Amino acid sequence: MITVSHLGKIYRMDGTETVALSDVSFTVKKGEFVAIMGPSGSGKSTLMHILGALDTPTSGKYILDGQEISKLNDDELARIRNQKIGFVFQAFNLLPRTTAVKNVMLPMVYAGGPPTSRLQRARQALTDVGLADRMEHLSNQLSGGQQQRVAIARALVMNPAIILADEPTGNLATAQSAEIMAIFTKLNKTGHTIIMITHESEVAKYAKRIIHLKDGRIWNR
Amino acid sequence: MEPLELISSSFEALGLNKTRTALATLGIIIGIAAVITLMSLGQASQRSVESQIQALGSNLLTVIPGSFRPGDFRSASGTATTLTLEDAHAIATSNKITGVKNVSVELQRRTAITAGRKSTNTAVVGVLPSYKEVRNVALESGNFISEADNRGQAKVAVLGPTVADDLFGENVNAVGKAVRINKVSFQVIGVMASKGGSGFGGNQDDTVLVPLSTAQKQLFGVTYIGSLSVEVADAKLMDTVRDQVGYLLLARHKIANAANADFSIFSQADLLSTVSQVTGTFTALLSGIAAISLLVGGIGIMNIMLVTVVERTREIGLRKALGATRKTVISQFLIESTILTIAGGIMGMILGIVLSFVISKLINLPFVLDFASVALAIGVSGGIGILFGWYPAQKAAKLQPIEALRYE
Ligand SMILES: Nc1ncnc2c1ncn2[C@@H]1O[C@H](COP(=O)(O)OP(=O)(O)OP(=O)(O)O)[C@@H](O)[C@H]1O
Ligand SMILES: [Mg+2]
Repeated sequence: MITVSHLGKIYRMDGTETVALSDVSFTVKKGEFVAIMGPSGSGKSTLMHILGALDTPTSGKYILDGQEISKLNDDELARIRNQKIGFVFQAFNLLPRTTAVKNVMLPMVYAGGPPTSRLQRARQALTDVGLADRMEHLSNQLSGGQQQRVAIARALVMNPAIILADEPTGNLATAQSAEIMAIFTKLNKTGHTIIMITHESEVAKYAKRIIHLKDGRIWNR
Repeated sequence: MEPLELISSSFEALGLNKTRTALATLGIIIGIAAVITLMSLGQASQRSVESQIQALGSNLLTVIPGSFRPGDFRSASGTATTLTLEDAHAIATSNKITGVKNVSVELQRRTAITAGRKSTNTAVVGVLPSYKEVRNVALESGNFISEADNRGQAKVAVLGPTVADDLFGENVNAVGKAVRINKVSFQVIGVMASKGGSGFGGNQDDTVLVPLSTAQKQLFGVTYIGSLSVEVADAKLMDTVRDQVGYLLLARHKIANAANADFSIFSQADLLSTVSQVTGTFTALLSGIAAISLLVGGIGIMNIMLVTVVERTREIGLRKALGATRKTVISQFLIESTILTIAGGIMGMILGIVLSFVISKLINLPFVLDFASVALAIGVSGGIGILFGWYPAQKAAKLQPIEALRYE
């Protein structure tokens, strides 16, 4: 499903170079639940952004679903993000002053297709994450845990090949974290491929495999 | 993303900050309203002047004493005294001139005219009977000045409708009544029908006609005439007759060089083109000023859109992260700015139409609404939206999703 080989990412700013990733190679098979762990600044988010087609690597290869992503242009990447990837951000990133259901419909809006089925699918996704009674709430009228569940529904709704989550519980209290992790576990059981960044080994327990990063490299202990 | 969805999401985005949206459109409203009002008033005054010139009569050559070129006001008519009634007779009877239908003369002064206790100040014009035909004078009641009146220096007067109303009141037949002009008593023998001219000088409704001989000898004590008008039989002969009249008058006045002529001849077409030129320049100037206000309005839109892009950086980043392409982002911002300017354009157009209607009524001009200026307003405001929305839209589309999402 996912194959990365010798992935490197160097940030260049005002003459200084920061090596965020170097020589990262691994594969993730369909239906896997992988956690990425590592200390702060180890390149976890950088890796996730590349996997999410939000950023491009400076070197190496990234193949998703048989397609080489590292060679695509802006608009092709936008299409991959829309069709193949469901991204859950640490900071939720919902549209402000917009209802939950409209937030979930957003990826379908960019995909095109009949509006009536969009509404249905959005409602279904919100029901799946347990928010059937909060569809018409504005995003700022929801609790943090509820907002993150809306974000998960939004990541699910296009039925993507893979769900990526960058510290999805990082901004949540423990009780809410457990709810979110329960949702991810359920999603994985129904066949979704999930890659998740986390700091907490509590959270990483839910994953079936853990990739450790340190200073931009994969580290096997 | 479908066009309709883009438009409705743009409306939603604009609705989120209503004060700013209103302020942004205000610049366009004012600009478009100014352009429409000034163009409409300019055209109205041009049309008004033109219709007055046309009301003077068709195929008309006017000869005035003194050398006068359009735009040169140093020796305006009335100051020079070189034209006489004999000149007019010579033109009417010369066998060297072909195609003259009628010659009429005028001697005009502003004087007080009274009837009973009422009095008004108006243009008293000494004329010949031919004036009626040359100037298309229609009578509402009574008769026009006759040959006999002129021969006998009769103290008779034909009143313009405005004068008749001023002196005797509306709907009162003035024929047969007495008026005093320059302290000399005259009998009213006719009242002219209204030609409906407006506020600009030379309103024919506000004149009093008396026999030329009476005006020369009894009223003003002069022997010259103020101007003479030649009605040409055929519009095609205008230039020929103009030359022939010119040579005849040069010969009569014993002037060898046409450059030293002590008279000037001009046609309606000359007047029309001079006036059109003047009012056209004026309209263009005013429209130019209005266009600058439109430009300022456009810059206002760009400013607001740039602020919007910065403010919505995170939102744009999110939309791109969820699959919005460059084109979609550009379209969204262009549509937003175009909605702003077209809405402003429509409101400005309505305001402009109302303003030009009210102003034209206030200053007694015809109300002219040019379809072209309305189409222009909508087109221009839409164009401004695209033009000034372009840069902010590009800025938004170029944002990288990750950097945009990280923006605080
Ligand atoms: N846009 C950027 N420009 C320059 N350097 C960057 C940029 N983004 C990340 N870096 C650098 O790359 C390295 C890896 O950053 P990254 O965000 O991937 O770490 P992380 O593992 O997600 O850390 P954390 O656990 O704190 O989120 C860091 O040293 C960081 O300073
Ligand atoms: Mg991170």
